[in-house]
Amino acid sequence: MLAFAMPVGFTRAQVDAIAALAHLELDESEIDLFARQLGDILEYARQVQQIDTAGVPPTSGIAIGHDRDRPDEEQPSLDRGEALANAPDGAPDAGLFRVPRVIG
Amino acid sequence: MSGAGTIRELRDSVASGARSALDICQSTFERIDALDPALHAFNTVTRERALRRAAAIDRDRAHWRDQPLVGVPVAIKDNLCTRGVRTTASSRMLESFVPPYDATAVARLEAAGAIVVGKTNCDEFAMGSSNENSAWGPVRNPWALDRIPGGSSGGSAAAVAAGITPLALGSDTGGSIRQPAAFCGIVGLKPTYGRVSRYGLLAFASSLDQIGPLTRRVADAALALTVIAGADAADATSLREPVPDYLASLTGDARGARIGVPRRLVDGGVEAEVGAALRKALDVLVARGASLVDVDLPHASAAIPVYYLVATAEASSNLARYDGVRYGSRAASDGGGDALRAMYARTRAQGFGAEVKRRIMLGTYVLSAGYYDAYYLKAQQVRTLIRRDYDEAFARADVVAMPTSPTAAFKLGERAADPLQMYLGDVFTVSANLAGLPAISVPCGLTSGGLPIGMQLTGRLFDEATILRVADAYERDAGWWRQSPPIHG
Repeated sequence: MLAFAMPVGFTRAQVDAIAALAHLELDESEIDLFARQLGDILEYARQVQQIDTAGVPPTSGIAIGHDRDRPDEEQPSLDRGEALANAPDGAPDAGLFRVPRVIG
Repeated sequence: MSGAGTIRELRDSVASGARSALDICQSTFERIDALDPALHAFNTVTRERALRRAAAIDRDRAHWRDQPLVGVPVAIKDNLCTRGVRTTASSRMLESFVPPYDATAVARLEAAGAIVVGKTNCDEFAMGSSNENSAWGPVRNPWALDRIPGGSSGGSAAAVAAGITPLALGSDTGGSIRQPAAFCGIVGLKPTYGRVSRYGLLAFASSLDQIGPLTRRVADAALALTVIAGADAADATSLREPVPDYLASLTGDARGARIGVPRRLVDGGVEAEVGAALRKALDVLVARGASLVDVDLPHASAAIPVYYLVATAEASSNLARYDGVRYGSRAASDGGGDALRAMYARTRAQGFGAEVKRRIMLGTYVLSAGYYDAYYLKAQQVRTLIRRDYDEAFARADVVAMPTSPTAAFKLGERAADPLQMYLGDVFTVSANLAGLPAISVPCGLTSGGLPIGMQLTGRLFDEATILRVADAYERDAGWWRQSPPIHG
């Protein structure tokens, strides 16, 4: 839970909190810039809150004609070597993606 | 004009043996060599691969000659996967990404005999309306090199407008095919959501993204759509509706078509020359047998905030995959502490540009606990109201007409410092994505300064045939496609 009450007008701490959720490391100038710009954009976006939507269902996507299931059949999948070929630190012989140490 | 010619001219010349696919391909690269240093429409040129393929088609012409796109050079937006060909989405994050598979739309073009000549520049991850958000530098508008070509499919639009290729693929999440088509004086079609498989399109906002063609002529867009449309087992949202022969729907007249004009919306804020060009275009359509009716889209003014709430929410989720583990670049981390999380955050800081970060931040915020209902859920509810507006409009009209953009192409840098100002320019295009509707931009004039103006025609779900028919009827009379930009091959 982000601990701020007002929806627009961001402080640096609030921008930091959002950046942490988004896994983004921001520099000082980006924090200032985004605090201002996100505030401007959300101030503008608040107009949607004035629209009466009582009883209106949300649209999450335009799903038309997706009423049929496909048969559950085995299909060829990506070759393991190809899947690993773009990894910045792949271990093709072990068939693994390597990441920085996370345990002890 | 010389340039690429139309798809059908090229296809027929290869099918009949009048020209070889190799000759057409070589002349395409001559135009790229001559024009692209000024335009910067291409991120990657696939010269050797294309020439090999052209030679193979020539060797086996008997096999290929009945294919609808035999020997036709095409440019592919750099956010569509091409097997073995670098696909960057104009992002440092994917600077050296080489996809192990083809996007379905690309595979279908190649199966129809088309030859991919390169990957076109675009806004990073298709986020932008000016092509200035490319990590590889902006594309220039062939009509005026100090102006933007539009975005995000700016490279695709510039390549077609400059006569380099007769066809390019783009993607359209909030106008990214139609707006650059309008700014570059060509045709751009966003099909119905699900009409074209999204498999292999690097996802931006999955409920809005759609792939479509950019061409010089409406008939070429119809032909290209016939090739790339249709169900695909690899995309669960692709539609199973049968694909008609869209070329056959082009009768040359607009007889019986009821054109809805949302006057309140249009009168509300377009440049005078854009408004005048639209009025003249509507007169042409009436002369071609159409009738005009007034329609109202009362929630259209909310489409911009709804779009930027929904699209950024979806983007923040889709772009979470770029974390430096499975593909893309990885930043060095200094170990210690939580080295994995530090690696993620630094990789994303170095790999993404400012606009992508801004949208991820906005999307993360509107999805976060405490704000979800006030922004994201509310936006989805207003999205329903926008769809209902169109349902009502289409009870009275077969097509809704408006400008594609309230202005012609603006200057590089003019809006770059103010993201909100940039977003407001998308007022006429985003609602077709929110409602899933097909929409086409067709050239309808030039400003006194010589910049193209586009008319947008929006149709009912699945009804690409009607907007193509009306656009084609207009194009035959108006003939704006005959105008070529100063930078042209």
